[in-house]
Amino acid sequence: MPIDIDLSLVPATLDAVHIGLGVLSLVLLVIMLAVSTKNGSSSSKNDKPVEPVAPPKPVESLKETKPDAALQLLSLFQQEARLVDFLSEDLTGFSDADIGATARVIHDGGRKVLEEYFDLAALRTEEEETQVTLPEGFNASEVRLTGNVVGQAPFNGILVHKGWKVTNTNLPKLAPEHDTSIIAPAEVEL
Amino acid sequence: MSEEVTPFRYAIGIDLGTTNSVMSYVDLQSDPDDPQHKVFSIPQLSAPGVVEEHSQLPSFLYQAHESEVAQGDRVLPWSDSTSALVGYVARSMGTKTPLRLVASAKSWLCHGAVDRRSGFLPLNSPDEVEKVSPFEASMRYLEHLRDAWDHQNPDSPMAAQDVTITIPASFDPAARELTAEAAKEIGLRKLTLLEEPQAAVYSWVKALGDQWREHLQVGDIVLVVDVGGGTTDLSLVAVTDDGGNLSLNRIAVGDHILLGGDNMDLALAYRINAKLNAEGKQLQPWQIQGLTHGCRDAKEQLLADGSIESVPLVVPSRGSKLMGSTLRTELTRQEVEETLVDGFFPQAAVSEHPMQQARGALTQMGLPYAQDAGITRHLAAFLSRQSNAAGDLSSQQSGEFIQPTAVLLNGGVLKAPVLSNRLMDVINGWLQQAGASQARLLEGADLDLAVAKGAAYFGSVKQGKGVRIRGGIANAYYVGIESAMPAVPGMPPPMQALCVAPFGMEEGAEAEVKERTFGLVVGEPVNFKFFGSAVRRDDQPGTLLDFWQPEELESLPDIEVTLSAEGRAAGQAVPVYLAAGVTEIGTLKLEAVSVEDGHRWQVEFEVRTQ
Repeated sequence: MPIDIDLSLVPATLDAVHIGLGVLSLVLLVIMLAVSTKNGSSSSKNDKPVEPVAPPKPVESLKETKPDAALQLLSLFQQEARLVDFLSEDLTGFSDADIGATARVIHDGGRKVLEEYFDLAALRTEEEETQVTLPEGFNASEVRLTGNVVGQAPFNGILVHKGWKVTNTNLPKLAPEHDTSIIAPAEVEL
Repeated sequence: MSEEVTPFRYAIGIDLGTTNSVMSYVDLQSDPDDPQHKVFSIPQLSAPGVVEEHSQLPSFLYQAHESEVAQGDRVLPWSDSTSALVGYVARSMGTKTPLRLVASAKSWLCHGAVDRRSGFLPLNSPDEVEKVSPFEASMRYLEHLRDAWDHQNPDSPMAAQDVTITIPASFDPAARELTAEAAKEIGLRKLTLLEEPQAAVYSWVKALGDQWREHLQVGDIVLVVDVGGGTTDLSLVAVTDDGGNLSLNRIAVGDHILLGGDNMDLALAYRINAKLNAEGKQLQPWQIQGLTHGCRDAKEQLLADGSIESVPLVVPSRGSKLMGSTLRTELTRQEVEETLVDGFFPQAAVSEHPMQQARGALTQMGLPYAQDAGITRHLAAFLSRQSNAAGDLSSQQSGEFIQPTAVLLNGGVLKAPVLSNRLMDVINGWLQQAGASQARLLEGADLDLAVAKGAAYFGSVKQGKGVRIRGGIANAYYVGIESAMPAVPGMPPPMQALCVAPFGMEEGAEAEVKERTFGLVVGEPVNFKFFGSAVRRDDQPGTLLDFWQPEELESLPDIEVTLSAEGRAAGQAVPVYLAAGVTEIGTLKLEAVSVEDGHRWQVEFEVRTQ
């Protein structure tokens, strides 16, 4: 974050306290330099020590999601709503009535999963297709601007989609040795 | 007087239901005017290796085959190798493999014709399936609840709390005793049994706070109708004046009726099945099961929203191909209303009582399910039978039936306005015909969780705050004595009944029946015939009945006493008299007392078959 500095506040004369502070800052500067050289930092003695140039972040710092949770969710949607079965099928040749009947299985079961394991809330409470105003400093990850994106906030625009946010997750806990890659075991009736 | 400090941190209420169990608790150290009252979330397996928390623990136990569940998948927060599969996992595995599923253990616990301690559940399953007794199954559910509680409250284990377990008002002395014993077996030290309809009343009182007094007045008779998943339980509570305060007295309880919400889902599924059959579609058993499941959800939708005319029902195929093999039909409002409203709550006259068909002699051993699904007819029979129940507690003239002035409903089924309205219509129709004023519905109850909540609340009011329902035992008890009459060939000697415990006997009370002594032989088990009466209110201990109407006395399983040989020679005859008492837990206690030295032997309510 940039910091504004008001130069009028620099003291015109040096009193004992400020001399002391000046010495202290010099000492700290030397320590910092020593430490940063030790760490093999690229900064040379000529560089200003205030802000070492940040190298582009390496790729490994990207957040990698664990597959367990995704597999667990897939399993829940398969068990309750038969989602994987449905998506793996070829719908060509089936009537809309057939597809409709199956859609009910997916809808009923899928809804149960959503209600049971997630608390959902809309991000915007306004009606869709109505005028909304985004004040300065609005959360850009909660609201995505599209279309004629120019100028400064506050922005006036039409709410196209109210957005969803999961306010609470309540996924089942799993046994340490549970194999999440088996999202539906084969069934054999004896 | 010094202020009494309760030794317990929590009052825990456990609704040990036929199909679902719920646990609730009150923090006794929280503000007594606004006590913290919560329903416990019970961690349980929902599938092998998957643990979820739910407010209900389905009362099912699944006896898995050794290759059915991997060892690593038998986990719970407090165990990595749980032996008992109870709760959601048991119920869902059991729908596909019913022969390994233990269900309705509670109904078996109150079934006098079986040995409730011998392992025979799952019923009729092959020999290699491990069997448990109804008693053991109940213990498994309690154990699960205890472990869940202890895991979350390591500093306040359940054994050291004040625990109330609810039971049907119609439980016989043996079923009460077995429930108490299961609780003791898992280590509970402070235990009370509370009748479920009473728990529902406590929950209502709690929900209304001080306002409840404005809804009831002296002379009111409250009818409690509790329709659970598997049973229907009826009770009457009279409101009386106790030194200027309102006091509640439970004056009567109904029979054990095995009829509830599960029957309704089944009835709908059969109806839809018949409809599909008429269209030429034959359903597989697994499809009927899917249909029952679908009917439950569809029924709830239709009953909750009066504007929906029909709800589609789909039963997906078993295989991975959904398209083309998914069964589709619908459940209409008319079907639900005809089946449930008219089938389970028929417009019956108060004189119409349940139809009893003689059971075939070759009936398989099974639960004595109600043969008549008409809940209103069962209710009519109960109210007629209890026509004199109010006695002098109410100004009511005794007539053909006792006339309730208020009705409290319990059980999720009765949340549906169409069902509760019909029930009230029928009751008010009876009252109108008898020239009495209409009964009012007591609002404000939480019909799903009331029993567990009421039980925890009861635990907290026991400490002295709040209203308590008085009642004592809801039956008088008798032992059968063969009368000394000349033998007539071909006729069994006539039986007399000796009252040992009077109706309404309260906790802590004792009664001795010294009028009659028995010579019991040391070392030999002696059986007595045993009877209960829910209507003979005036018999005192020692009253000897020569004659009674068949409906007055209900025959209970035999009871048994064995005089242990402590200091006595086997074969010696000892004169004893009988003494009865009601324990603090709420169970009946019957003892044989030696006339000579006062030595006491416990009479067992259940004869153990070897």
